[in-house]
Amino acid sequence: MGKFSIDTAIQRVLDKGDKAFVPYIMAGDGGLDQLESQIQLLANAGATIIELGIPFSDPVADGPTIQAAGQRALTSGVTLKKVLDELKRFKESRDIPIVLMTYINPVFTYGPKRFAEDCEASGVDGVIVPDVPLEESDLVSNALKEHEIAFIRLATLTSTPDRLAKIAEQTEGFLYAVTINGITGVQNRFGDQLGNHLTNIKQQTDKPVFAGFGVSSPEHVRELTAYCDGVIVGSKIVDLLHQGNEEKIQTLIQSAKTAHV
Amino acid sequence: MTTTQQPNTQGYYGEFGGRFVPETLMPAILELEEAYHEAKQDPAFQQELDQYLRQYVGRETPLYYAERLSKSLGGPKIYLKREDLNHTGAHKINNALGQALLTKRMGKRKVVAETGAGQHGVATATVCALLDLDCVIFMGKEDIERQKLNVFRMELLGATVKSVDQGSGTLKDAVNEALRYWVSNVTDTHYIIGSVVGPHPFPQIVRDFQRVIGDETKEQIVTQEGRLPDAVVACVGGGSNAMGMFAPFVEEEDVQLYGVEAGGSGIETGKHAATLTGGSAGILHGTLTYLLQDQDGQIQEAHSISAGLDYPGIGPEHSYLHASNRVTYSSITDDEALEALQLLSKTEGILPALESSHAIAYTMKLAESLSSDHTVVACLSGRGDKDVEAVKAHLGGGFHG
Repeated sequence: MGKFSIDTAIQRVLDKGDKAFVPYIMAGDGGLDQLESQIQLLANAGATIIELGIPFSDPVADGPTIQAAGQRALTSGVTLKKVLDELKRFKESRDIPIVLMTYINPVFTYGPKRFAEDCEASGVDGVIVPDVPLEESDLVSNALKEHEIAFIRLATLTSTPDRLAKIAEQTEGFLYAVTINGITGVQNRFGDQLGNHLTNIKQQTDKPVFAGFGVSSPEHVRELTAYCDGVIVGSKIVDLLHQGNEEKIQTLIQSAKTAHV
Repeated sequence: MTTTQQPNTQGYYGEFGGRFVPETLMPAILELEEAYHEAKQDPAFQQELDQYLRQYVGRETPLYYAERLSKSLGGPKIYLKREDLNHTGAHKINNALGQALLTKRMGKRKVVAETGAGQHGVATATVCALLDLDCVIFMGKEDIERQKLNVFRMELLGATVKSVDQGSGTLKDAVNEALRYWVSNVTDTHYIIGSVVGPHPFPQIVRDFQRVIGDETKEQIVTQEGRLPDAVVACVGGGSNAMGMFAPFVEEEDVQLYGVEAGGSGIETGKHAATLTGGSAGILHGTLTYLLQDQDGQIQEAHSISAGLDYPGIGPEHSYLHASNRVTYSSITDDEALEALQLLSKTEGILPALESSHAIAYTMKLAESLSSDHTVVACLSGRGDKDVEAVKAHLGGGFHG
């Protein structure tokens, strides 16, 4: 479990010559009772890891789609505790690694130590906290380390070379390369420098590099995976799941497999 | 400029503060910290700031002995620090001007800001016109309704005002959108945050630019009364006028300091904005501080008649001064603030902003326990012209026309 299952899942995909695909869903969007079947659907469609969003009232790194999904989840009474309890319930029947994406305040309120303990008990393998930069990481990193949960760090287009080196060194599981200066959401095209940026990050680290923010079509997936090891897709998956469009989800996820065979 | 209390190198005041922002913003935050550090040491920067403060803002502002108010209450001598007499009608311009000059110094041409009551938005739009900077202001939908006149003022000054209808459509949501905008435009844009909140170094920068309020007051009261005051009172939303006023007095142990939060309909009703009185520690908008939140860490809506105090957080240094018991924080309800607004209008011919009316109302309470040998300074942070419509709506039928 933990870091190890993330590493194993990624290695398995890369060994086959495929790229990793990490879909993001908002926990409890559509009801927490749907979580198990949503995860199963994404796993069956070929996802490598699931990134599971914890709803927060003030998600400053998120665009309108994920904001709305979070609001739907909060309105239906979803909390961090309920998500962890639900993940624990079907822990044994789940193979695919789970990474939580949560803002820091719900974790701070829960207590970082207790959070890490309960993550382990619920079979959570990694954690992403977008509003915790290098400077504040002590608040959660020790507790996560103790329970062997991967603390996945984000590198951005604005990260300076020395920050990038530290982020690459400290990240666990994979390095989350943010592809735009901006918030999550569907993007039409990426900046011309993105390829260079991803290549540069790849040169800094042996760890897998996944690109995320604004990735929304099979074309994007193919374009980006030319430079890195995988993609993270949020808003588009949230949209498709909300519409119940399973076929398009399947096509999108499979685009990471066919890109490099 | 000297400061008595400094955050540590990581931006913490005791256990409060810090920099909880996405990595995209961190380089800009570090750049700002460095630029501010250099500007502080640069006599040319200070000289330019001082010149604008004198010639453009109209400083220094008077410390006014409110004799009729004092006598009507029968207690201490009450002095009012007249920040309402600043250009644009509130203390907000002290900080907006300083940060706009910093923006230019960093070679940036664009500014984003949030506003609640509209006073910070107006101040920011004003200095952006003065210094030829592009200006985008985010304002909650509900606040736009409450403060229509200020929206039009910002537009006249050349700013773009963007309505925010997420969440409760108030100040908290405007900050969220301003942060999102900043993340998306960080390379050429500076975020002029309006209060002593947000990630380090903002709480320090805003406090230092507002410190002029307290520095002037300290000199003026000694000149006028021959000694320091017994008590200093200021209203607290995010807490910038209070932090600026308190800063030079914190080291004066004999001076009692009082921060006044917005009690809304009453703390017991749950409809209030009194973060220190009714909140708990948490992390919002980049800083660890007291917040209004539920047991799962979801931020709750604040409620106040005053749009400028309608914020579920508070500056981290206030949380520190609260935890260390140096400042006494309490709250004043909407009704008490309205009453104080009317009393000050009638006894002194000064119409205070609803925000400042909270400080006046608390001063009235404090006066009951003090004698005529005592002096109290209340920070009159802004004028009430912007609130006339809202006040009329609340007072209803008692007025004609």
